[in-house]
Amino acid sequence: MADSHANNGGRIRRRSFIKKLFLAAASLVVPGTTYAKGVLGRLRKWIVDDSYDPNDHYWGMGIDINKCIGCGRCVDACKTENDVPREPFFFRTWVERYRIFEDNEVLVDSPGGAMEGFRNTAEDEETVIRSFFVPKMCNQCDNPPCVQVCPVGATFKTPDGVVLVDTDYCIGCRYCIQACPYGARFLHPVTHTAEKCTFCYHRVTQGLRPACVEVCPTQARIFGETKKRASPLVRFMRMNKVSVLKPALNTEPKVFYANLDMQVR
Amino acid sequence: MEEVVQHIGPLVTEISGFIYPNEIALHWGLLIVVYPYLTGLVAGAFILASLVKVFDVKALQPTYRISLLTALAFLLVAPLPLLAHLGHPEKSFEIFLTPNTRSAMAMFGFVYAWYLMAVLLLEIWFDYRKDLIEWATRERGFMKWLHKTIALFSKDVSERALKFDAKALKALTVIGIPSAFLLHGYVGFIFGSVKANPWWSSVLMPIVFLFSAIVSGIALILLIYMVVTPARSRQIDMNCLDTIAKYLFYAMIVDFSLEALDFIHRIYESEESIGILAELVSAKLFVSLIVIQVLLGMVIPLAAIASVMLFRVPAELRKLIYFVSALLVQVGIFATRWNVVIGGQLFSKSFRGLADFEMTILGWEGLLVSLVMLFLPLAILYVLVKILPPWEDGYGARIAGG
Repeated sequence: MADSHANNGGRIRRRSFIKKLFLAAASLVVPGTTYAKGVLGRLRKWIVDDSYDPNDHYWGMGIDINKCIGCGRCVDACKTENDVPREPFFFRTWVERYRIFEDNEVLVDSPGGAMEGFRNTAEDEETVIRSFFVPKMCNQCDNPPCVQVCPVGATFKTPDGVVLVDTDYCIGCRYCIQACPYGARFLHPVTHTAEKCTFCYHRVTQGLRPACVEVCPTQARIFGETKKRASPLVRFMRMNKVSVLKPALNTEPKVFYANLDMQVR
Repeated sequence: MEEVVQHIGPLVTEISGFIYPNEIALHWGLLIVVYPYLTGLVAGAFILASLVKVFDVKALQPTYRISLLTALAFLLVAPLPLLAHLGHPEKSFEIFLTPNTRSAMAMFGFVYAWYLMAVLLLEIWFDYRKDLIEWATRERGFMKWLHKTIALFSKDVSERALKFDAKALKALTVIGIPSAFLLHGYVGFIFGSVKANPWWSSVLMPIVFLFSAIVSGIALILLIYMVVTPARSRQIDMNCLDTIAKYLFYAMIVDFSLEALDFIHRIYESEESIGILAELVSAKLFVSLIVIQVLLGMVIPLAAIASVMLFRVPAELRKLIYFVSALLVQVGIFATRWNVVIGGQLFSKSFRGLADFEMTILGWEGLLVSLVMLFLPLAILYVLVKILPPWEDGYGARIAGG
């Protein structure tokens, strides 16, 4: 049997025809995907600026508890910079005040997220043995539970280590809010999508620092690269003993606290 | 915006201790309580039906078909509360198009579709096929065409075809049991896998969900059977009723043991969260957890059914005890869902304070919508029973008789 085609009276067999058809069609896909890849690459460049390559960075933040004076400027700046609703139930960052009394009673408060700072209260009449302020925000976890649970992948981790929300994708199921151990997320009352701190990604990609870092009068917040030697954050982590919030949950936060007290959760 | 603020604002005064400022609003409300309750009923009703086909429990035959139809009716409604609670229901199809494969919730669509298409609809179709063909030959007009269409225009009622039906049914039920376990175990996993929340995060959660589902499903079928049979002026088959009650009792024993184990385990381990959880139970969940879920929904029905099994009780009194017990069980299991979903959001993840939940009447997250979702399955069941009469002595026999 020299030629299998001969069996079918000179016609191409169905199987080999389909095979060839597929091969022919596949060759059409190659330029298509290459082109799409190029377009996507250009699109990303266009979005995050030409000079910024997210693969070259890995961001983190350091917060020195001893330096925070609880003025709440960071909270206010964040709300302004990111159009966060000013009602006191929606925060990308907030400040907590801890007061530990003689009898080891612990009092924590954050009136209005400390947007207007703190006032003395009647409790201050008693003997306070320790008192400090703790700025809180999204910890930009390296192992983020919110990203894991998002059913549509609207919450994702960028190559430069920032956890963001794609509001066009977010279906508003609020599973990510439940999964966040730090209470750092909320549902935007107007867009009905999940919201959180972005490390001011729009500023960072332009070579600027996040708004909260920019306005802090005592430089309690340090922003920078976690992996490069010449970075204010790396220096911060060399000069201080640092810890993270809820380390047992293995979320691997990239917000590092210096002089953190055992009472902070 | 103002509406949101108006709703959240008053809650501030209800806070005790410290909560993170973003935690004032509860994110999963009444609709998310209804969702696991409904899916649980599906899984439970299906398990009861499976007892007939796989384990050959003949006494339950009178409830076999009604169990399947009940499972279907509740399954059809189960995704509605989820959809209604989304911030953007119009984007929900993204779960199917671009699912995040690492997300437990993304699997919902697939588990649901599998259970509906591959298990429940197929099983009902194979079980009714012969009857559908027979009904269609004796009927006229709309019903004839409806039954013909549901039978997918199959006509083969030969010995061989019927044998295949029976075989297929058995195979489907065998696949169906793990699928029903998956359907509801999965719902438990959605909560049990949230490590941020110590009230939810428990490896026992899927199993507790599963057994409470079986309990609620069996109790529901018992209720439906006890209401519908007299309504059709038929005699209740006491053997069947006793058997359902017996299985209800066993399922409750397992469920109660698992819940007790979870409880004891938490107290014994006494982790960081134990203080706030104890406060949560005593301050916020005492009525719904201790009184309704445990006492009314578990201990009293268990004791009542146990006493029926131990002592000789006349049939009429037995019926009354079963009926009241099954009702209490429904209330108890609904409270179980409430305590998991709402309870899990009433304490701060700072473990320093408690928030509050205020139920609204109107609006998507309100009481009215949830009530509609709870009773809609019964309306669907009514229609299903009209189209696919599940009674061996009823519709089918009447048509056959002339």
